[in-house]
Amino acid sequence: MRLIKRLLPAFSMAVASAAYPVEWSGNLAVEVRTFPSTAQWPEQKDNGLSLSFQPELRHRWNDGDQAFTFIPFVRVDSMDEERTHADIRELKYLHVADGWEVRAGIDKVFWGVTESQHLVDIVNQTDLIENIDGEDKLGQPMVRVTRVLEDGAIDLFLLPWFRERTFPGAEGRLRTPLVVDTDQARYESDAEQKHLDYALRWNQTIGAVDAALSWFDGTARDPELLPGTKGSESILIPYYPQLRQAGLEFQYTGEAWLWKLEAVHRDTEQEDYRAAVGGFEYTFVGIHDTPLDLGVLSEYHYDSRRLAANSPLQDDLFIGTRLTFNDTQSSEVLAGGIFDLDHAGKSFRVEASRRIGQSYKLSLEGQLFSDIASHDPLAAFAADDFIRIELTRYF
Amino acid sequence: MKRRLVPILILLVFSTPLMAETPEKKGLRIAKAADRRDSGWKDQTADMIMILRNRRGSKSVRKIRTKTLEVRNDGDKGLSLFDEPADVKGTAMLTFSHGLQPDDQWLYLPALKRVKRIASRNKSGPFMGSEFAFEDLGSQEVGKYRYKYLREEACGGGWRCHVIERTPAYKYSGYSRQISWLDTREYRPVKVEYYDRKGAHLKTLKWKGYKSYGNYWRADEMFMQNHLTGKATTLKWSNYRFGTGLGSGDFNKNALARLR
Repeated sequence: MRLIKRLLPAFSMAVASAAYPVEWSGNLAVEVRTFPSTAQWPEQKDNGLSLSFQPELRHRWNDGDQAFTFIPFVRVDSMDEERTHADIRELKYLHVADGWEVRAGIDKVFWGVTESQHLVDIVNQTDLIENIDGEDKLGQPMVRVTRVLEDGAIDLFLLPWFRERTFPGAEGRLRTPLVVDTDQARYESDAEQKHLDYALRWNQTIGAVDAALSWFDGTARDPELLPGTKGSESILIPYYPQLRQAGLEFQYTGEAWLWKLEAVHRDTEQEDYRAAVGGFEYTFVGIHDTPLDLGVLSEYHYDSRRLAANSPLQDDLFIGTRLTFNDTQSSEVLAGGIFDLDHAGKSFRVEASRRIGQSYKLSLEGQLFSDIASHDPLAAFAADDFIRIELTRYF
Repeated sequence: MKRRLVPILILLVFSTPLMAETPEKKGLRIAKAADRRDSGWKDQTADMIMILRNRRGSKSVRKIRTKTLEVRNDGDKGLSLFDEPADVKGTAMLTFSHGLQPDDQWLYLPALKRVKRIASRNKSGPFMGSEFAFEDLGSQEVGKYRYKYLREEACGGGWRCHVIERTPAYKYSGYSRQISWLDTREYRPVKVEYYDRKGAHLKTLKWKGYKSYGNYWRADEMFMQNHLTGKATTLKWSNYRFGTGLGSGDFNKNALARLR
């Protein structure tokens, strides 16, 4: 009898999971980063080995109208103790009803169309110590209600808890001259991290055009960095003001042309400004009767604050190329440069990836900073050219 | 004399409609009949395993779940959800095909949670590195080709086939022409030969293992051989279901993120 009592929960769980199978997937990656130039600050290291693990658990029932998702993430890094970190990328419940979708929990969303900067994307905080490209995000607690329209949708986001941006530690590269002390973060709002932010977004497809309008009111994701001290040490303190952002996303899709635009109007206690990024991508299909596709991309970056902007992309031109091999291994290369038209600064980036066998992927990333002036916001990175190689096992 | 002419005249009058049917008209008539024979299924879901083999025989596998919605007076809407290889798991592709007009296509990239509208020109490019081009797997609307009836002949298994030449009428096709074999009883595709832009016989596609699902016939297997590279791709189909109650709301770019 005691045995039955002990076995019963296990048995009922087995039955439940047979009826509604729990899906496991995810990835495990080993990453090597090497910085060939001598560091600007003495504590910084030149090489790092890093291991990351992201299991994904999914459970769907009711024909997919209800679902539960759990995606934790952990990284262990040999170079920078701040980069050793864990996060819950997703932990959410989804309910789909006729024309409505509700998501509650920790989730991730992406807004935007352009390639060289994600200007409009504001819901999730950037996990900056992962990569400077701003594409890694921290999980955001939210309630999201979606009204599905014919060829579009309206989303309402309630964001009850703020996530602070991650920053490299003293030993890390790609950091500010003084280390950012995230423990001393300050807020404009007295509610600090508990400030209830909200956002709205309407997206619609009209023929060849995909467009979206969005509104965000809450704590800015991108902090100002103020001078401060930690004991006797000079450090930087992140200050998060309140921000209102109106955003526009636009893409025209032709047969070979893509025309893209992202624009924002941002309003804080300190400043009121506009920024935009726009450009095109043209794809040559099957060049020289091979399966290769070659894309040519260019995007211009504008910020109405110009040189007073804390953004490095205030008057910059991005030119890039995308090579898609269309082979069994899905090999691809994206290479480009960003040219600062105010400063002389240039930065170049190459991203390449290729599948190995059925479940591995090898990625390579290279970044080069060149002619960076001392007053350029990128000056802190001037000696931080790097090569990053990552081998990922997917399961 | 007159009495002999009358039957000849009658014969001429009656045979005129038959003689007037040019090979082009007959090809189009049969393509339309085949299209009618396979319409009215409303929506369809199926699982696909794609097996890629190179000349040395090494193998690579993709698993894709597909959903298709029949659209009246336009091309179908299609959804492909990728399960394998593991690095693309969760990727989803939504296609609204429009016959001669360019298709609308969106791709969902799960790592970034990004829905990307993609350019539709790439019809001749390989699908997932396979020997199937996007245009081979797209919705086969009657208006996408010009037709020419070639002949009727035996085509294996005791079947007789219409042999029809079809020339792509849409832009950016990788083919100068295709020769297709359709069985005369149920208009099931049996074989297609693909000729590249230079006129060389590039690929041959063969259907195997037809089963009937209510009114409709579907093959278990499609085999594409590339004659120039020696590479081949097999598609194995299973779990065909029709009329599952899908609607246009299931084929919305905003739904791509929650399909997995």
